[in-house]
Amino acid sequence: MPNNKLYDREKVLIGLAIFVAVISFPFWFNMGKAAPAPELKLSNKAKAAKQCIAPTPYMRAEHMAILDLWRDTVVRDAKRVYSDNNGRQFNMSLSTGEDSCMGCHVTKADFCDKCHNYASVRPYCWDCHIAPKENK
Amino acid sequence: MMENSRRSFLKIAGVTAAGLSLKPVTDVLASGGHQTKSSPIGDVSKGKNVLTAKRWAMVIDVKKMAHDGTAHKCIDVCHKLHNVPDLKNKRHEIKWIWDEEFHHAFPGQHHEHLSEAIEHAPFLVLCNHCENPPCVRACPTKATFQREDGIVLMDFHRCIGCRFCMAACPYGSRSFNFRDPRPFIEETQENFPTRMKGVVEKCNFCAERLAVGKQPACAEVSDGAIIFGDLDDENSEVRKVLKANHVIRRKPGLGTGPQIYYMV
Repeated sequence: MPNNKLYDREKVLIGLAIFVAVISFPFWFNMGKAAPAPELKLSNKAKAAKQCIAPTPYMRAEHMAILDLWRDTVVRDAKRVYSDNNGRQFNMSLSTGEDSCMGCHVTKADFCDKCHNYASVRPYCWDCHIAPKENK
Repeated sequence: MMENSRRSFLKIAGVTAAGLSLKPVTDVLASGGHQTKSSPIGDVSKGKNVLTAKRWAMVIDVKKMAHDGTAHKCIDVCHKLHNVPDLKNKRHEIKWIWDEEFHHAFPGQHHEHLSEAIEHAPFLVLCNHCENPPCVRACPTKATFQREDGIVLMDFHRCIGCRFCMAACPYGSRSFNFRDPRPFIEETQENFPTRMKGVVEKCNFCAERLAVGKQPACAEVSDGAIIFGDLDDENSEVRKVLKANHVIRRKPGLGTGPQIYYMV
């Protein structure tokens, strides 16, 4: 017959309770304090265009993959013009001219930074690329 | 009745933990190791104004270049357009195109009795966009590569700053950003990126201008002292100039096949 007795029952249980409390501290401490998801502010030009180069959910999920692909296409294959299925043409560039990404999404602070800050991601695009001047 | 022992508990716990940790691995393997999401990427093309060639090359007319400050006009426009910082410290200097004396540009071809005109003429030197570029072979990340039209280009995104290319280049055409270049750019051009600290840079034969149908900036402002064109096209201006004039190249004996020709 195995011995099922828990020795020092009180001490063990108190210790266990403290352990659980400490481990779960970040969760209950921050309960209800979650920052609200940021509302994207689209520029008038972007609103008027209705759709970016691809449907919004796709852009939301894959914009970094597109930028990565475009970078290679532009730099290595020297192909700089993108035509979407509706025949619209875009300059495959982050911030060069009217038909580039920032040509439409004119303010970095409203468009890029809002979500990136919220999600705590820090892409280094702007270490080299130059964001359009913002009117303040 | 099953006997609960520490031993059997540990066994079960171990197998469970192993199983749980395998899940992400099997997920990745099941998807073939990479993402296979459908992409709505449409057509990409070069655009209608693009200048294309089989082999871009440049001829520099040294006599014309010596005319009142043409050389400096070329240097200034290039450095301005490409956001090249102006660092006073020689050891941090960034250069895409600069002027050099004959005995520096053409070591081994120098002698005591050079004509005055040649001895002190400003020889504009830049990346030679070699046919057989040693920098491309040295680059461990393929940040430097040779385009089909012969342009030796850099993908600044990929450069890790190892400087192997600088050691490999026999012409010293490459500069390294020892400091953040941004504070040293007098007037930032918005349509061309700057570089960041820890990246190598050099002349790109104005790839971004060729893409929109413009000649390289230095050729454009040189008043005919720089001729740029397709070496593969018999009727091109560069070919005509090369046929009619004696030209020299920098360090031809190294076998790199430089594509900048100097008309002396």
